[in-house]
Amino acid sequence: MTGAATRTQPRPLAPFLLAAPATLLFVGLILLPLALTAVLSFNVYDYSSGVRNQYTTANYLTVLQDPYYLAIFWRTLRLALLTTVIAVLLGTPEAYILTRMGKPWRSIFLLVIIGPLLVSVVVRTFGWSMLLGRDGLVNHALAVLGLEPVQLLYTETAIVIALVHIMLPFMVIPVWTALQKLDPTVEAAALSLGASRFTALRRVVFPQATLGILSGSLIVFGLSASAFAIPGLLGGRRLKMAATVVYDEYLIELNWPLGAAIAIIVLLANLAIMLAYNRMVERQAKRRLG
Amino acid sequence: MGFLQLEQVSKLYGEFAAVRDFDLEIERGEFISLLGPSGCGKTTTLQMIAGLVTPTNGRITLDGRDITREKPARRGLGVVFQSYALFPHMTVAQNVAFGLEMRKVAKAERDRQVAEILSLVKLTSLADRYPREMSGGQRQRVAIARALVIKPPVLLLDEPLSNLDAKLREEMQFELRRIQRVVGITTIMVTHDQAEALSISDRVVVMEGGKITQVDHPYSLYEHPKNNFISSFVGKSNFLAARAMNEATGVSLRVDNTDLKIPATGSYPGGELCLSVRPEKIRLTDPAGAMLHGPVSSRYFLGNHWLLSVSTPAGEISVAVANLGAPPPSEGDITGLTWNIEECRVLAAEQESALQS
Ligand SMILES: Nc1ncnc2c1ncn2[C@@H]1O[C@H](COP(=O)(O)OP(=O)(O)O)[C@@H](O)[C@H]1O
Ligand SMILES: [Mg+2]
Repeated sequence: MTGAATRTQPRPLAPFLLAAPATLLFVGLILLPLALTAVLSFNVYDYSSGVRNQYTTANYLTVLQDPYYLAIFWRTLRLALLTTVIAVLLGTPEAYILTRMGKPWRSIFLLVIIGPLLVSVVVRTFGWSMLLGRDGLVNHALAVLGLEPVQLLYTETAIVIALVHIMLPFMVIPVWTALQKLDPTVEAAALSLGASRFTALRRVVFPQATLGILSGSLIVFGLSASAFAIPGLLGGRRLKMAATVVYDEYLIELNWPLGAAIAIIVLLANLAIMLAYNRMVERQAKRRLG
Repeated sequence: MGFLQLEQVSKLYGEFAAVRDFDLEIERGEFISLLGPSGCGKTTTLQMIAGLVTPTNGRITLDGRDITREKPARRGLGVVFQSYALFPHMTVAQNVAFGLEMRKVAKAERDRQVAEILSLVKLTSLADRYPREMSGGQRQRVAIARALVIKPPVLLLDEPLSNLDAKLREEMQFELRRIQRVVGITTIMVTHDQAEALSISDRVVVMEGGKITQVDHPYSLYEHPKNNFISSFVGKSNFLAARAMNEATGVSLRVDNTDLKIPATGSYPGGELCLSVRPEKIRLTDPAGAMLHGPVSSRYFLGNHWLLSVSTPAGEISVAVANLGAPPPSEGDITGLTWNIEECRVLAAEQESALQS
């Protein structure tokens, strides 16, 4: 009796102790640096004496009033959205085809899809700059066809192409997971009721993958909006995105507080957009799909 | 010529024949069941009719029109899948309206037809629910409504009742038959449950290993099964090893050391035979003068009847005794067994096919 009682006695500290390692990691690697960055963003910066121990909101006001920064924010938002939309349009059918593949091919193509993630971002991006450059493969191909060469490198197009390339796996995998859970006879039911294959996909199959598309889009949008290497290498000196301008402020201008302010603004904007999008899609999907 | 006709239809998966030489003629308005154990090719047959699986050989005609290679959408048959396959992201009304939408029926007319069919299946009050907010029986009725609303020439049901609990299954069985009668639609139902097939079908098609073994009305199927497989699959049966003894007066069968006179309606080749007799056809009698006798080895009470097992010289025999008040002999008691000689089937032991019908 007493033995059993001691064994089942609640230990109020146990959950906290068990959660401690993860909590420490989270606090140490995410919350602390974030808090330091937030504090830094309110520090006064002086070109002659550097960061001073005084506080001001001037950094935020500078960023939010300067058309140069606003244009960069706008571009970041635009390119991240465009990348997300293209990734949804390419990734969803791709995931569907993957679910329909037979035994050996599915694993092979899954590997092909994850392929870009296995190559270092720098190598992959240099690869794109060689393909898209003035003297690159794309322009050679156009020349063979008798067309004018086009300026691709250091344009937004180049950034979006390279972003979509690396983001596709993050879209395909959640959508594929969602599609795998579907009952294949539901599609057959749509066909038997007179739907064409395309209509069956559009009206019946893809709507059921809404939550997979939602999580895919959130990952892709978040990663694209904070992408650094791709805009840095393919956008050149002129075409800045949020992450590259933060880098500039820190390492070229040495204005850390201003860089920190930009980083915080981008973080908050990203968070607001993603939360709003999540609320919107999830509310619709919730009641239907449970 | 039947309304729906299958001629020599086969489906091969590589070397394996899921369905072989399937021949069936179905009249307009008939309720047909495909009955057989799991894996015998029932679903494959149904899906070939629906157009979801392409036959390897053979021909399927509907009302004289060859539909063997037609797309499922063109055939316009109503299909109810085993899992119901409802669209989870659509309400009941939207699910039912889908087929009409595909047929470009105007909104007002669509709403009218959806309301009509939902009242037929008694789901009017649940029109705005999503499938996951409903019980199994309700989902099943949505699936039936969705298949019926397009006014298909044939309704195909794949194990429509197998996901329901026993009590609901019994209710839905008769509900299904009622709906079928009201609409007057030609219906093919797949099932592995013989009670279901017998109770609501006009004709039952028994399948085994991809082939048809018997097509008959439920009563004749039960009373005159063509082989041992059918007599054990459709209802229960006792099998007794027997030997034919030709005599001047007719035929008598020797079971163990008792001679049983059998009306001479067929010719029995000398050799091993198999007698099959259903448990409910056997009567308990005084051991003296009975066909067989022995001690009761087990006795179970099943509510409306008792199930006894009796150890006789011819083997263990199951006997079903209606619960008429007085309890039957208990375990260990010696009892005699008798049945009308016309009630048992005689089959050749090795071929397992009917010699007498
Ligand atoms: N797509 C397929 N590929 C290979 N074999 C199949 C396929 N579909 C069904 N079969 C086989 O065909 C046989 C009949 O299947 P099915 O018609 O589903 O049986 P039932 O519905 O009577 O249980 C089974 O042995 C099954 O394994
Ligand atoms: Mg089946």
